[in-house]
Amino acid sequence: MQTNQLLLIFCSVLLILGLIAFFAGRSKAARLRASGTSMYAQPDQYAWFAVLSTAGPAVLVGVLGAFVLLLLGAEIHPLYLLSASLVVAAAGLAVGVVQVRADFHARKAIERVIRWVLAGAALISIFTTFGILISIIFESLRFFEMHSFWEFITGTTWNPGASFLAAAGRGDGSGAQFGSVPLFAGTFMITLIAMLVAVPIGLASAIYMSEYAPTKVRTIAKPLLEVLAGIPTVVYGFFAAITVAPIIVNIAGFFGLDASYNNAVAPGVVMGIMIIPFISSLSDDVINAVPDSMRQGSLALGMTKGETIRDVVVPAALPGVISASLLGMSRALGETMIVVMAAGMRPNLTANPLEDMTTVTVRIVAALTGDQEFESAETLSAFALGLVLFAVTLTLNLVSVIMIRRFREKYRVNNL
Amino acid sequence: MSDSFDQISQQLKRRHRKSARLKWLSMGALGLAGLFLLWFFTDMLIKGLPAFQQAYVETEISYSEEAAKDARQAIDSDLIPIVSRTEIRSIPLLLRNEPDRIGSRETRWLLANSEVDQYLKGHRSKLSDKEIATVERLVASGQVEQKFNSTFFTQGDSKTAESAGILSAVVGTIMTMIVTLAIAFPIGVMTAIYLEEFAPDNRFTQLIEININNLAAIPSILFGLLGLAIFINFFGVPRSSPLVGGMTLALMTLPVIIISTRTALRSVPESIRHAAFGLGCSRWQVVKDHVLPLAMPGIMTGSIIGLAQAMGETAPLIIVGMVAFIPDVGASFTEAATVMPAQIFTWASEPEKAFVEKTAGGILVLLTILISLNASAVVLRKKFERRW
Repeated sequence: MQTNQLLLIFCSVLLILGLIAFFAGRSKAARLRASGTSMYAQPDQYAWFAVLSTAGPAVLVGVLGAFVLLLLGAEIHPLYLLSASLVVAAAGLAVGVVQVRADFHARKAIERVIRWVLAGAALISIFTTFGILISIIFESLRFFEMHSFWEFITGTTWNPGASFLAAAGRGDGSGAQFGSVPLFAGTFMITLIAMLVAVPIGLASAIYMSEYAPTKVRTIAKPLLEVLAGIPTVVYGFFAAITVAPIIVNIAGFFGLDASYNNAVAPGVVMGIMIIPFISSLSDDVINAVPDSMRQGSLALGMTKGETIRDVVVPAALPGVISASLLGMSRALGETMIVVMAAGMRPNLTANPLEDMTTVTVRIVAALTGDQEFESAETLSAFALGLVLFAVTLTLNLVSVIMIRRFREKYRVNNL
Repeated sequence: MSDSFDQISQQLKRRHRKSARLKWLSMGALGLAGLFLLWFFTDMLIKGLPAFQQAYVETEISYSEEAAKDARQAIDSDLIPIVSRTEIRSIPLLLRNEPDRIGSRETRWLLANSEVDQYLKGHRSKLSDKEIATVERLVASGQVEQKFNSTFFTQGDSKTAESAGILSAVVGTIMTMIVTLAIAFPIGVMTAIYLEEFAPDNRFTQLIEININNLAAIPSILFGLLGLAIFINFFGVPRSSPLVGGMTLALMTLPVIIISTRTALRSVPESIRHAAFGLGCSRWQVVKDHVLPLAMPGIMTGSIIGLAQAMGETAPLIIVGMVAFIPDVGASFTEAATVMPAQIFTWASEPEKAFVEKTAGGILVLLTILISLNASAVVLRKKFERRW
């Protein structure tokens, strides 16, 4: 609470200083202009420059100082930091007011500051990527110090078992095994089922909407499909676990098959439904971008409409369709809530989709929601799994971007 | 000759039939997707609507001396398994706060036990035959009734199904979204302005662009890992708080806002910029006074859509610990809170049957909010969209 009050006082003092800067700058500029000197900028612009030179460096000092202190782990009271920052603010105020001169380009100065601020904002997205990379790489390295990388990649037993005891100082945790193959097998099985649902339905809907549907149907169907993408994944997870899974079990039972209630088909199918709009909307755009001259040429050669679509339009749009499918696939691989709620918890290396199997994301959630020490191997294994997930989805995304760029260059479309 | 004509026309017929088949097939795929949607919404409505009705029991409460010590003395012993435990438990507390009630009697509608509620809704329940007989008698005399479940909207989470409500999750969602918007909106719009209006076309700008597109496609759970490792473990932001949840979601929403803002800025015609430059405006003045106001409806639409997306997100919030059990409505950005999707997740993992209904009810509330947000975005776009 002490820090909060301090921060409040700091902000109000800074605000007052800013106001002083504004009015002092403006009145000085107005006086100068009234005396008949011609100036480069308007009084208001001088005033805003004074405000910027007061607040800008002060905030910068405060934020950077706090960051450096945190990085070094130094125990310095925030009071000193904030007062240092206020001193900088006062100095900035003096500079800002002195700079109100006829030969000073206040507007250009403001422009420069704003350009830097905007560029700084743009950097945040880069920092985010770096943040994700750094957080997963560092924790993964710590994990690979405890367990071999080779075992992680090729092992077929995932059994974090007693590793939490080792972290608490009891036992040596030697029983724990972190072989990620069953997790990836489960992930790819569920992703495969999802793609088997999403790609045919998504592509066919895209073909219908771009080649056959009257405008009226299009304007209704497109947003309706988008609704499928807007439903929260936790809702899909509930739907898969409560409604779809029992149906799958019943159907399997009808054919004399034994299915688990946590089978891989239910989350796979529901995930496929979720991905349909991703594939259909991008495919739709791509099919629309195929030049009409190709359709006309094909029809002129006596092809039927169906043949034109099958043999000319879809092959031409194929790079885009593949790119859409890859994007959908990367979404399926990283999807969490549906599998957490509907798929199993047991790592299970099997080719039977009716059995329960678990996925990478399920284990990440399981490892990080238990009451565990952060240092335990199981918790750190979540970051190692996250690293692999990041690498795989990044590759898929990049390949997808490259394919769509190829398509764009080939047909010279600009709006994709 | 005539033979081959026949052959060709046969062939042609076949080809046209095939062509028609493709049309029906693709139409069927779209219809299938529509059917999925219909099935999903009907299923949710059937499961969720009963949650807004709840059984209540008209009970005579005698505030005696014994009731202050043992609440079970306050009501008829037949009613004890029928009335909600939370209602019974609250009696001694009430008497401690208002001692002058002791000795008086009162007849009130109390929440019924969730088992009674499930029985009345025709589901399986764990009530014994004797209890069922009591319930039937009370229903006949009008002392047990299904009423609108106001508890669901005015209470926080609870371990007893009948008194669990969604209010604390709604408040948590609002606080988290405030943090998300406060961070993502300014930074997103500023980034988009930089990339569209200021940035030179060089390697660095291209890097930022590729990076933003990539961020939009990264699995959301990885943002949770970032929140855990950097915000919580490094910066020491309190775990489970709307602050850390909002910051994590802000990073996730950023690409959505950036991409839609860029589209909105790009749709403002160059002639507007040229006219403003021609009058001697500086670049920032052009953007601030001319381009940005014209692009604002598009930016708002994109931000609302991004907000709706963030509102339904669960995975990163689970990682930063926002699945806590929160019975009271939160008041601070740094205290533990929960959000609607996380509340749905918690309820979905409760073993009790009565919670299935609560989960579906919570889903209906969430979907209503999301659909109205998206609809408002569409209306906004329709209303302010300008064709140049």
